[in-house]
Amino acid sequence: MPQNADNVLDHFNLFRQPEYLEMFEKKKKEFENHHPDAEVERVREWAKTKEYQEKNFAREALTVNPAKACQPLGAVFASLGFEQTIPFVHGSQGCVAYYRSHFSRHFKEPTSCVSSSMTEDAAVFGGLNNMIDGLANTYNMYKPKMISVSTTCMAEVIGDDLNAFIKTSKEKGSVPADYDVPFAHTPAFVGSHVTGYDNVMKGIVEHFWNGKAGTAPKLERVPNNSINFIGGFDGYVVGNIREVKRIFDSMGVEYTIFGDPSDVWDTPTDGEFRMYDGGTKLEDAANAINAKATFSMQHFSTEKTLPLIAASGQETYSFHHPIGVRATDEFLMKVSEVTGKPISKELTRERGRLVDAIADSSAHLHGKRFAIYGDPDLCYGLAAFLMELGAEPITVLASNGGKLWEEKMNALFASSPFGKNCTAYPGKDLWHMRSLLFTEPVDFLIGNTYGKYLERDTGTPLIRIGFPVFDRHHYHRYPVWGYQGGLNVLVWLLDKVFDEIDRNTNVVAKSDYSFDIIR
Amino acid sequence: MSLAQPESIEDLKARNKALIKEVLEVYPEKTAKRRAKHLGTFEDGKPDCGVKSNIKSIPGVMTIRGCAYAGSKGVVWGPIKDMIHISHGPVGCGQYSWASRRNYYIGVTGIDTFGTMQFTSDFQEKDIVFGGDKKLAKLIDEIQELFPLNKGISVQSECPIGLIGDDIEAVSKAKTKEYNGHTIVPVRCEGFRGVSQSLGHHLANDAIRDWVFDKMEGKPALFESTPYDVAIIGDYNIGGDAWSSRILLEEMGLRVVAQWSGDGTIAELEATPRAKLNVLHCYRSMNYISRHMEEKYGVPWVEYNFFGPSKIEESLRKIASHFDDKIKEGAERVIAKYRPLMDAVIAKYRPRLEGKKVMLFVGGLRPRHVIGAYEDLGMEIVGTGYEFGHNDDYQRTTHYVKDGTLIYDDVTGYEFEKFVEKIQPDLVGSGIKEKYVFQKMGVPFRQMHSWDYSGPYHGYDGFAIFARDMDMAINSPVWKFAKAPWAA
Repeated sequence: MPQNADNVLDHFNLFRQPEYLEMFEKKKKEFENHHPDAEVERVREWAKTKEYQEKNFAREALTVNPAKACQPLGAVFASLGFEQTIPFVHGSQGCVAYYRSHFSRHFKEPTSCVSSSMTEDAAVFGGLNNMIDGLANTYNMYKPKMISVSTTCMAEVIGDDLNAFIKTSKEKGSVPADYDVPFAHTPAFVGSHVTGYDNVMKGIVEHFWNGKAGTAPKLERVPNNSINFIGGFDGYVVGNIREVKRIFDSMGVEYTIFGDPSDVWDTPTDGEFRMYDGGTKLEDAANAINAKATFSMQHFSTEKTLPLIAASGQETYSFHHPIGVRATDEFLMKVSEVTGKPISKELTRERGRLVDAIADSSAHLHGKRFAIYGDPDLCYGLAAFLMELGAEPITVLASNGGKLWEEKMNALFASSPFGKNCTAYPGKDLWHMRSLLFTEPVDFLIGNTYGKYLERDTGTPLIRIGFPVFDRHHYHRYPVWGYQGGLNVLVWLLDKVFDEIDRNTNVVAKSDYSFDIIR
Repeated sequence: MSLAQPESIEDLKARNKALIKEVLEVYPEKTAKRRAKHLGTFEDGKPDCGVKSNIKSIPGVMTIRGCAYAGSKGVVWGPIKDMIHISHGPVGCGQYSWASRRNYYIGVTGIDTFGTMQFTSDFQEKDIVFGGDKKLAKLIDEIQELFPLNKGISVQSECPIGLIGDDIEAVSKAKTKEYNGHTIVPVRCEGFRGVSQSLGHHLANDAIRDWVFDKMEGKPALFESTPYDVAIIGDYNIGGDAWSSRILLEEMGLRVVAQWSGDGTIAELEATPRAKLNVLHCYRSMNYISRHMEEKYGVPWVEYNFFGPSKIEESLRKIASHFDDKIKEGAERVIAKYRPLMDAVIAKYRPRLEGKKVMLFVGGLRPRHVIGAYEDLGMEIVGTGYEFGHNDDYQRTTHYVKDGTLIYDDVTGYEFEKFVEKIQPDLVGSGIKEKYVFQKMGVPFRQMHSWDYSGPYHGYDGFAIFARDMDMAINSPVWKFAKAPWAA
């Protein structure tokens, strides 16, 4: 009997005990009707070949292990960035359980969001009654300042009209007539979570600036010298937004963070659950129309939002998830140019410190080959940073990247000798990546938690940067933007490099002459 | 009268009544009326818990429930390891349910087993407009080419499938024929069907009946039957639960011919009608197919509970009662063998947990099944409720709960927070969506869906882990820091 009270064995160790191993063997042999081990081995080897890769890349209908989620997830992320706002998802209820679980597994924080719980009858007759009752219930129970409505694919397929439904709900008294209910159609069968973020942000801009769905006069823009900042869908939002605020404060920039869930996903444990915390104040969301310019940290998160903002007369600038020295330089210089505020001494010092850190360590990264996957902007930012470190981003894959992304990646690769051997793969999934890791091996893989299967299958060490990260804790509390953020990413890369060197040099009397204490 | 510490049963019931009245005050009238039916107090001697169940959730209230797809793909079918389960529709559902239920299995993932993979048709707008059947047919061809060792395919419908009029049954039939009888199972588990995960379980069970059992007539048996053949039904092997259960059944002399569905295979499903007895852990999600096997194949079934030594002991004897003396003796032998371990676990942990109050809100069988395990540690369940239970679950619950226990069906986020705030339990056991809410409040919490990434919790080996985990949660030093020393 393996288990004992003094030393309780977890699943890691319990099932390696002889009693269990024997049981597994017997089960397999007698009842599973499994393929012969040799056949499994043959297919396993075949799946590593170029031939398999060609078949794999010829796929037209099947997606395996995609690195993207659906629009409504991004919609909820965007909605949570506003003060005392509840995301209200019109459609089937299971979706909302999924979004809440997904975010809670990543941030290790509560995620509040409601559903209109549409079922068969709503599928036939439409979900108007669900909207009428749902808005009334949410408003009364949770006392939000704003209810931000998006949809699931069910509501989209049956064609529910949010604008009309919300109007009718107000007429029926679900919420007061002048209550803020911005909305966005976010069909799950178009784009990805990044698209959903964009649609909701656009919906919120539209709502506050363009007359609240015909219930208020359109806002007149009275330009001032402030700027708006939109972060985009970002797994590091808690660390990043705080870092961005610190950067702006150090420069004396007047700014509005447009969409800021950094507090609601980082509340204290002190005896009280805060369903709401922080977020962009609703009056600030409205006054944001008066800003001189809007900065988007992630171009692909704001492809629709920025043009709408530009239509108000503002300047708009977008970046690709800047990471590292040059990308941060460009971001800060643009902020400085637009606001007229010089880049602070403090930031200049920080820049020098990041350069110092890179100089200290770049020998360990120079020439190393990397594969990266994730959201389009994140991939771009990481690839650019790797090239800055003298590493090569050989394979860069974005399941939700498109033609434009591919062009931008190719331009980036062309900008440096370290990009010479690199390829961008838009619209591919992690099963494609698996083939690539076998046929074009790299030293390290950068991606989210799901990359651990690739690490296991191909032996490529995984550095977890992306969304979601479920199996490591608290990364999201660290910034990856700004010079400080660059330093964090540098350390994460180096930690893995050194761990690998140690792992490869720790066999006594075989390889441990290289088991150095100084690296 | 303190809300958290009622003096007597009457006080307790009065407190519950007041509490329920208080939470209902926040709702609009129509909603309050509807929710009132789902909240109550268990009264000794009543046949059920006095609440309505398995009714549509109310829009906008933050239900904790999922959908039919979650019940079929996420629970019942997903763990069948040698089949490929297609999340048919847009990308999200498959993504959010990808490997998150910890259904442990052994096999070469991607080659002959597929449990922790996400196969999807990733619907685009054109698939919605023109229908997805052609895509599905092509996708099955691609699976057959790239994953030649798969033993079957299931098509798990997401919302759009039923709405756009796709005929996944026709595609499945045609492809089965094309691939020489290869098992291909269409499941109509669109998320808008039914009121919760529960209908998804039922649909998944029916799909096994129609597309596995009814299609295997004449397939040769893989093994010689013995009088001691049993199948584990309704154990999803979360953290290895089915394994720490199976070992006990084998130790008492039974032969486990199948596991449904954790670490299960299509061969095991097909073998099950030849079992002598089906032992059913999760009644809620698999009673349908158990009843069907009893009716059609004459396989009796018996419910059991492998949480905590008291219930395990009771269950081992109950299962053994269906067999001869050899097995009955085997059960006694197993009980005796593990008793010292159980005594040691209880001696170590009970003093640290005695008298602690627990509130549960979980799915499936756990709102009742785990109560015995807590009581073995001297803990008391003061509130419980089902995410998607039916009336027969609430009937079964009467055998577990004490007079005066607060009962909440399909609890809303608001109600659950209020109940916990007022009752101040020492531990809450619920899911990931609830975990951080209560931890912020300073209330120790354990996830009772995923075992908080620990486990197994089933069986004797699992109870040791369960006891340690509850102690870890309640007696962690962290809760002492929740209030800053300078804060009033």
